[in-house]
Amino acid sequence: MTENKPHSILKTEDLNIGYRGRNSDTIIAEKVNIDIFPGQLVAVIGINGIGKSTLLRSLSGVQESLSGKIFIAEKNLKNLPPLEQAALISLVLTGQPVSKNLSVFELVALGRQPYTNWIGRLTTNDLRHIKKSLRLVDIENLENKKCYELSDGQMQKVLIARALAQDTPLVILDEPTTHLDLYHKAYILQLLKKLTRKTNKAIVFASHEINLALQLCDKILLMQKNEIVMGSPKELVKSGELSRIFPSDLIFFDESSSSFKIKS
Amino acid sequence: MTFSLLTLALIGLLFLNIGLGSVKIPLKDIIASLFNLEVSRESWRYIVLEYRLPKAITAILTGSGLAVSGLLMQTLFRNPLAGPYVLGLSSGASLGVAIVFMGAGLFGGAFSAFLLSKWSIVIASSLGSLLVLLAVMLASLRLRDTMAILIIGLMFASLTAAVVSVLAYFSPASQLQQYVFWSFGSLGNLSWEEVSVLGLFWTIGIFLSVAGIKNLNSLLLGEQYAKSLGVSIQRNRLLVILATSILAGSITAFAGPIAFVGLAVPHLIRQVIPVNNHSILIPAVILGGAILMLVCDIAAQMPGSEFTLPINAITSLIGAPVVIWLLVRKRRFLF
Repeated sequence: MTENKPHSILKTEDLNIGYRGRNSDTIIAEKVNIDIFPGQLVAVIGINGIGKSTLLRSLSGVQESLSGKIFIAEKNLKNLPPLEQAALISLVLTGQPVSKNLSVFELVALGRQPYTNWIGRLTTNDLRHIKKSLRLVDIENLENKKCYELSDGQMQKVLIARALAQDTPLVILDEPTTHLDLYHKAYILQLLKKLTRKTNKAIVFASHEINLALQLCDKILLMQKNEIVMGSPKELVKSGELSRIFPSDLIFFDESSSSFKIKS
Repeated sequence: MTFSLLTLALIGLLFLNIGLGSVKIPLKDIIASLFNLEVSRESWRYIVLEYRLPKAITAILTGSGLAVSGLLMQTLFRNPLAGPYVLGLSSGASLGVAIVFMGAGLFGGAFSAFLLSKWSIVIASSLGSLLVLLAVMLASLRLRDTMAILIIGLMFASLTAAVVSVLAYFSPASQLQQYVFWSFGSLGNLSWEEVSVLGLFWTIGIFLSVAGIKNLNSLLLGEQYAKSLGVSIQRNRLLVILATSILAGSITAFAGPIAFVGLAVPHLIRQVIPVNNHSILIPAVILGGAILMLVCDIAAQMPGSEFTLPINAITSLIGAPVVIWLLVRKRRFLF
């Protein structure tokens, strides 16, 4: 499969992430070395507060990393001008103050901003990309709806369509399944999987849905207190890493069913 | 479609505005004066060309300028309550003017006569606005959070209002009255020279706003998304603050603080034209602001009577019920 492709889309070298302080830096994760290829679906998994969002923000250039290097499509993120970066990474974030008065079409069309002229005029090529993105996430029928008319699940699809319209080889999503019911959680993750296959984009997302992620993802990035482990679901199950991510007093990882269960 | 209606309304109101006033002038003489033909009475020509026309143009410039700066602030702060004066510009201006009016008594003689001329008020008002603008700009360079700028603007407003109160407390009644009259706002009394200076600042302000259209659209998604689309948040913030200050600052300098228009027009337009793209919103609020201001000015004139009501009161008297009515009808105040 795509595993052996030589060109990585996201690669880090000894990346240290965290927050710069006045006197000393708060380190969230040290020596992160990951390598992600086109067409891969990667879940970032870890306990609350371990730094999943910080990692994703650092990888997408929203937040400065403390040291180390990030390469996007083999270009150093630090040296990328904002517009070039916008053509390589698109984001799907939760809890952003997105104007709910926007129509679905308008919102998805904003994904074309890095390519439009000074006043943001949409060319036929832009329109083609917008239509294609709406079709890929199957929301063509919502095109003219206002965002305040949408359910949480529909809104999430619209935000994903916007990221697709941005036409980047890498899409990063921060907890795309929060606020959704089990069916829609599975639906969104399945959709992401489908998108990696159809578009050959690399999709990285943070999630608490370990059980679903284990079934769907190509790679899983486990964030633990002292290290970050990356591997395929099978490898992680076999190595027993999964049982170590949560405190062991309440739940345990059941290898036979590949899921977490409550201790009885 | 909506645009041509708005444009027609604007042209109609412009003529209506020029046609109505305390002196009754026949329609044919008004048209004759505008197109430099023979007018029955020379004084009518003077009234139309030197008083009513500059006043109508001032109304258009102030209404549209305030509406655009209101729109810019609402998008920048992602807050439907923001208006052109949220950054404390009008408070800065009133401080400058208050110092001129109430300080003039301290000097006396020829110097105070100079101080009370129109231009010195314009200059004092601009300096006051500029001072607040510089403070807010400095703050915006240091702050990462845009909301904090909003609060700092409000703090400056309170600060300057307090200083004005102290000045007012120690001033004799006559000077206090002059200051109060200034704060009522006025579209008249502008010479062509002053109108053209205002027009110049208006053009610069609108030009800057138009340059920011694309970034403003990105901001509808929130700052993080805008950044991921390649927008430089800091630079865009500076551009928008500068455009607002130039527009609202120059208007306040020439016409006094005019409430409400900047806050209300963007909301009114959003109800009429259901789009969020600033390349459509900006021309629409320019038309809408100009229309609202012309209407208010006609009402303030009270056609046929000798009185002129303070424009600042009329804008709220007319505007507030309209906004309330729209809100109750739509039950939705999204932006």
